[in-house]
Amino acid sequence: MASAPRKGNNKLVAFTLVGVIGGMLGLSFAAVPLYRIFCQITGYGGTPRIDAGASPGVVDRTITIRFNADVHSGMPWKFAPVQKEVTLRLGEEAVAFYAARNPTDRAITGVSTYNVTPDKAGRYFHKTACFCFDEQTLTPGQDMSFPLSFWVDPAILNDPDTRNLRTITLSYTFFRSLDDASMANAGPHVGRKQATP
Amino acid sequence: MSAQDHAAGHGHGHDDHHHHAELSFAQRWLFSTNHKDIGTLYIIFGLIGGICGLIISVLMRMELQSPGMQVFSSGQAWNAAITSHGLLMIFFSVMPVLIGGFGNWFIPLMIGAPDMAFPRLNNISFWLLVPAFALIMAGQFVGSGAGPGWTLYPPLSNATYQSGPALDFVLFALHLAGISSLLGAINFITTIFNMRAPGMTLHKMPLFIWAMLVTAFLLLLSVPVLAGAITMLITDRNFGTAFFEPSGGGDPVLFQHLFWFFGHPEVYIMILPAFGVISHIISTFSRKPVFGYLGMAYAMVAIGVVGFVVWAHHMFISGMDVDTRAYFMAATMIIAVPTGIKIFSWIATMWGGSIEMKTPMLWAVGFIFVFTLGGVTGVVLANAGIDQYVHNTYYVIAHFHYVLSLGAVFGIFAGFYYWIGKMSGRQYPEQLGKLHFWMTFVGVNLTFFPMHFLGLAGMPRRYVDYPDAFAGWNMVASIGAYIGAASMVLFLYVIYRTFTSKERLADNYWGEGATTLEWTQSSPPAFHTYEVLPRIR
Repeated sequence: MASAPRKGNNKLVAFTLVGVIGGMLGLSFAAVPLYRIFCQITGYGGTPRIDAGASPGVVDRTITIRFNADVHSGMPWKFAPVQKEVTLRLGEEAVAFYAARNPTDRAITGVSTYNVTPDKAGRYFHKTACFCFDEQTLTPGQDMSFPLSFWVDPAILNDPDTRNLRTITLSYTFFRSLDDASMANAGPHVGRKQATP
Repeated sequence: MSAQDHAAGHGHGHDDHHHHAELSFAQRWLFSTNHKDIGTLYIIFGLIGGICGLIISVLMRMELQSPGMQVFSSGQAWNAAITSHGLLMIFFSVMPVLIGGFGNWFIPLMIGAPDMAFPRLNNISFWLLVPAFALIMAGQFVGSGAGPGWTLYPPLSNATYQSGPALDFVLFALHLAGISSLLGAINFITTIFNMRAPGMTLHKMPLFIWAMLVTAFLLLLSVPVLAGAITMLITDRNFGTAFFEPSGGGDPVLFQHLFWFFGHPEVYIMILPAFGVISHIISTFSRKPVFGYLGMAYAMVAIGVVGFVVWAHHMFISGMDVDTRAYFMAATMIIAVPTGIKIFSWIATMWGGSIEMKTPMLWAVGFIFVFTLGGVTGVVLANAGIDQYVHNTYYVIAHFHYVLSLGAVFGIFAGFYYWIGKMSGRQYPEQLGKLHFWMTFVGVNLTFFPMHFLGLAGMPRRYVDYPDAFAGWNMVASIGAYIGAASMVLFLYVIYRTFTSKERLADNYWGEGATTLEWTQSSPPAFHTYEVLPRIR
């Protein structure tokens, strides 16, 4: 390093550095799917588990699930949970319903984001079926009852952070879908099942 | 020495004065490939950017001087002003002067290199900033202005809330400024790695060079992430993608992660060059080598490395769990250790030294004072629990202005007074320089210290108006801002006096304390320096 200027090296260094820039730029785009996967695996931000798997068994300890519903300001639907809360045993699969109504005279397609509160419960909250996995379309004036089924992993008792939880709040926010809001077509990364919160 | 510079038969073989006279104005300043001329252009550009940012800040303080709406017509006009103020000060004032200006001038001079590794790349780095500046200004004046704040968070920055092209101008300006910084970083790293004078090992490099090297690496690793994030924002706004749009499966919090992965290293990008400048000044005016050279160098490396893993402390209230907050809090506090090493080493350098309180030293000691104050409030803010209360209040404003508006800017002025004689060959007026320091010191402290009280009392940032209860300290802050602005006018007069000065300076006008290579050159240095390479023992 300590010798006279070596011009020949300059291009090598410069192109290496350009490679670093390209790598960081690539990583910033790779962050989009990686962040989604990170949230799904760790339950970060209250992201619940999505699987069709059955629960490992029922234990005799109950937990209360409360239901929350919001609609985005650009979304004209009425949307509310049918039941305020349910109490179930850990590991037990339960079904709940949300009621939606399209009060307008046009068909409207919506998509909902979802998560659970507190955030740390996300990794133990399993959804086996949910209206939020797909876009939903309501015809003018249509009333609809949206079902979802879920169970809470008994492993929640083994985690010192979540052992004392007695209540989990499940939340949905309905947005008008991008296509429906007459925006241009969504990019390819907007998948059917990728409505992360 | 000049004997070296004029040695015939080496390098380009031009006599500098001869060469000088051949260049037309356009050749010398528009197509410039000379590191000194490009450095000069950067400094002038940064001064203009800084004055624009300062004018906006004075308008902001006029608005906040008393409750109610005085200066701005609407909240959006205010939002556009704070956005322009932040971006101008960061990308078009502090970075051009500290990195482009002092970096271009003194990296080759301090390492004994004839010029930068890629002189033409250097030219495009500078000239990309000029259209970027024009686009930022377009963002201020087109339509209702671009007003998402410098952090550009969606949804406020999406097509619904910032409709019209103003924000697109700003985003494109950031792309251009980012490319400019990246090309500059490539140039700096290559120059520092490959073009040091014989005998100058990495561990013999001046601390300013270490600072620029770490800064360049931070730029290289962080700016592309900003480029990625704002590209996604541009496509979300204009081409219907939904990277940050929940209705299309996106996540706005992802933008915050990407932005702060860039944004946190960015604050070190702004302060590390000032660290380098301050080290040289403290050492020169204490007539002692800097205390703990290696510790100082590796403290900057440590700050750079750890600076990449603390970004989410800007997002403590974005819904992170306790464990994540605990990690980011601990990692953030760890940065206080290398920073503390630097502060203590500067003080240890002064300890027992033969201290001469010339203007550059005043600014340098002032820097240590304000930077330490800002650093302490930074440790306070790093506490996730406390941050829940003071997040987005004026406490945060006070904190980052103490480290940047005061810290980095004091570094700029310190470097200016230290090196203006070297760059121009002319003597700045000593008494006016000291007056400039004291006016600025009083003005900025009067402006920003009361903001701690306002923030703790709960005054939120980014609002054009506030309840009557906050009126008192806001009035004080505004008076301070006017004093600070007046000191800038004084600074312009200092520049005028410097360049009309008849006094010519010797090679090393600071005497035995100044030991780095630039002091072996004439003041101002010849157009081409080091045609015979110096040898470091």
